Amino acid sequence: MIVDYVIWIVLLPLISFAIQIFFGKRLPRQGDWLPTSVMFIDLLLSLIVAGKVFSAYDPEFRITRSFEWVVLGTTTIKFGILIDNLTAVMLFIVTLVSSLVHLFSIGYMHGDPRYSRYFAYLSLFSFSMLGLISVDNFLGIYMFWELVGVSSYLLIGFWFEKHSASNAAKKAFLVNRVGDVGMFIGILLIFAITHTFNFSEVFGKIAAGELSGALLTTAGILIFCGAVGKSAQFPLHVWLPDAMEGPTPVSALIHAATMVAAGVYLVGRTFVLYSEHALLVIAGIGTITAFIAATIAVVQMDIKKVLAYSTISQLGYMIAALGVGGYNAGLFHLMTHAFFKALLFLGAGSVIHAMHHEQDMRQMGGLRHKLPVTFATFLIATMAISGVPGLAGFFSKDAILAASLEKAMETGMLYHYTIFAILIFTAGLTAFYMFRALFLTFYGTPRNKEKFDHAHESPGTMTIPLVALAVFTVIGGYGKWFEELVRKPNLQMFAESGAVQDATHAATEAAAHGAHTIAMVLSIAFAFGGIAVAMLYYYWNKYSAEAVSKKFAGIYNFLWNKWYFDELYQATAVRGTLLLSKAMGWFDLNVIDGLVNNTARLTTLISFGSGTTDNRIVDGLVNWVARIIGWFGATLREIQTGRVQAYILMALGAFILLYVIQLAMV
Amino acid sequence: MMAVGLNHFLVLSALLFVLGLLAVLTKKNAVTVLMGIELILNAANINFIAFSRYADTDLDGQLFALFVIITAAAGAAVALAIVLNIYKQMRSVNLDEADTLAG
Amino acid sequence: MSYFDLTFYVFAIGAVVSAGMMVFSRNLIYCAVGLLFALASIAGIYVLLGADFLAATQLLVYVGGILALLLFGIMLSVKFTGVELRTGTLQMLPGLIIVAGLFLLLLRMIYRAEWAVQTPGDMLPTTTTIGKRIMTDLLIPFEIASILLLIALIGAAYMARRERS
Repeated sequence: MIVDYVIWIVLLPLISFAIQIFFGKRLPRQGDWLPTSVMFIDLLLSLIVAGKVFSAYDPEFRITRSFEWVVLGTTTIKFGILIDNLTAVMLFIVTLVSSLVHLFSIGYMHGDPRYSRYFAYLSLFSFSMLGLISVDNFLGIYMFWELVGVSSYLLIGFWFEKHSASNAAKKAFLVNRVGDVGMFIGILLIFAITHTFNFSEVFGKIAAGELSGALLTTAGILIFCGAVGKSAQFPLHVWLPDAMEGPTPVSALIHAATMVAAGVYLVGRTFVLYSEHALLVIAGIGTITAFIAATIAVVQMDIKKVLAYSTISQLGYMIAALGVGGYNAGLFHLMTHAFFKALLFLGAGSVIHAMHHEQDMRQMGGLRHKLPVTFATFLIATMAISGVPGLAGFFSKDAILAASLEKAMETGMLYHYTIFAILIFTAGLTAFYMFRALFLTFYGTPRNKEKFDHAHESPGTMTIPLVALAVFTVIGGYGKWFEELVRKPNLQMFAESGAVQDATHAATEAAAHGAHTIAMVLSIAFAFGGIAVAMLYYYWNKYSAEAVSKKFAGIYNFLWNKWYFDELYQATAVRGTLLLSKAMGWFDLNVIDGLVNNTARLTTLISFGSGTTDNRIVDGLVNWVARIIGWFGATLREIQTGRVQAYILMALGAFILLYVIQLAMV
Repeated sequence: MMAVGLNHFLVLSALLFVLGLLAVLTKKNAVTVLMGIELILNAANINFIAFSRYADTDLDGQLFALFVIITAAAGAAVALAIVLNIYKQMRSVNLDEADTLAG
Repeated sequence: MSYFDLTFYVFAIGAVVSAGMMVFSRNLIYCAVGLLFALASIAGIYVLLGADFLAATQLLVYVGGILALLLFGIMLSVKFTGVELRTGTLQMLPGLIIVAGLFLLLLRMIYRAEWAVQTPGDMLPTTTTIGKRIMTDLLIPFEIASILLLIALIGAAYMARRERS
């Protein structure tokens, strides 16, 4: 029953995409109501599913249904659906944010020349994302992974007349590709050893020890590569800021709440795959990402770019959480982040819409009176992301920090302590840059008089989603239901026989509680510290940000140029690829074409030679033979003198000859 | 020298035959070729008559020789007529100019 | 050596020498004269062989008739064509070789063959016998010979006639 609902949840957007892409233009209102209402139906269905799943209140709840897809000799590839608590949560998040974004887009994209196609693409994306979180095998998740990438490409480059937009779409796709290659190799590696794509079967084989040691670590890291790409982790984070070229609702849906979360979901779903060493790598990358992105966000002037880097940073938090074993914390943060980041982007969208598509915060200021609803919701979201207690973000971020401290205390490694320290510090940075953005946009004197005068609050289609998300941002953190239902999987769940060979550590309860308290205190301290600094510079204007930027010009430039990542990649990867293709081109032109040309020339020479042979030798032979015969003829012709006496002579001569021969023979 | 017998006559005949043949083969003038032919015929006659004397009792050889003479005469007459005709045509008596059969 | 042998050699040498003159001479008249004496000598040979009628016939027909004819032919051809009486030879050397070869072959044949020789009887006059034989056994050849002569006569006359203009 539940499975049927899930199948419908996944397929409805696909149907609406098919209808919208072909007939959208002809529908009334260009069909914006179709994908939107479909999405709300999906939301309803996913609530029903969630209700059914959670009512069982079983952390080990799992339903699967699959069918045999391809049979290759003795191997069968199955394809199917997996529903557990995590699936139910993800379904809810995706349908909620997607439907609210659909609603918001009706107002935001009003008047766009390709209005109907936009909604078609949104439907396509929704289908891909919902499929991604529902499948039960690696191959399926890879298929939907790519589909999500395609949808992202189409939506980022929606205004493709702008070169920056089409370039950004390409960049997103290509950078994702790099990660996807690693993921694909990982999938193939797993298949090569376990001969199955199915999650449960693979995990079972890992539990039985068929895949272990270095191979397991390698497979884990390779699969993680996909997450690095899709979730914009260091070093493949460079595409996400550029993806802001797409319409703001798209940024809200894809690059804040859902698609980028796919990487985190992947790591969560395949958590059993990661050995201790792989987890170290994961935690490290997450932490680095969180830190780098936060530092860049500090100096950004474009409101969307601030949010983009903030997203990267928060994703880093989630990945780091998973890396230090905070499975529950990471996924919880995924959920809360979806709420408040979507809210932040939609709020920014509202501001941009009001300012007639102005995104530079230096042109804004004092908007809180003009856009009250937007301001209020934006404030709530900012407080959430900064970790202000009481809001959803506080609970999830706190959980992550606690988990990281726990890990540090458990392993005692400097590595893990460093991770904790960096994460705490970054939390402070997060609070700082978010409030900075808030103050610059909504407080102070308006810096662009003209735009300010024209600004007005957005229509209902845009403000309702804001309010809805604000509600979830407030209430989303409460209740232990997430913690209890979405448990870290251990191999026991998948082992077919009794013994489990992987020695997963067990954290002690006491240490856990102690770490939690310390982390909470520190996180609140750093959060308020960050807010205070932001207020000093931007609210009370006690200190000048400009002065600081000039004083620390070196650091400032480094951050302003995003740590020079793009330049680095341009110089190495891009140039390298171009050089390679030039080399290939040279090879093709000179060597291969040369080969072809020389073969042709050789053929010409041979044919010339054979022609000459034919002419001179063969014909010469023929001519020579003819000449000999001619000579014979000419010579013998002399016998025909026409003189009878000569003939008589010859006859007599022959007669004598014959006579003599006859005598000799006798 | 032994007594003249059949062989002597035969040798004589052979000798005359060969000489006549030589004339036929080597003479340019057509009339001299005719003379050679006559000589050949006469050599043959000697043969016939010699055999008639030394090997035959019925004079068959002589009779044959008679007919040879008759035929030779006819032949000579006709041949001479032809030769004269050719002379009239070609304005020459040289046989090696009668080479229209040349290849 | 008997008279018989001597006479033979005289006539034989006479014939051969004359024939040689006929063959090797450049002058046409000399050729004709050579033939004349050759024929005459042959007639003598006939006599030695007991063919009296034939010897006479030889002299009458050959010497008197054919030779005269040839001489007339020579004279007339000179007149007609303005040709000189001198005449040359051609391919003499090959001719001599062939002819010599042939002669040797003939000699070989003559001396190796076993002729069925019978001793010759007395020489009797042959005229009566020849006449009888012609009129009885060889009548048809005789008649045909006559016709042949007639035809030859007509033919030669026709061929050698003057052109009607």
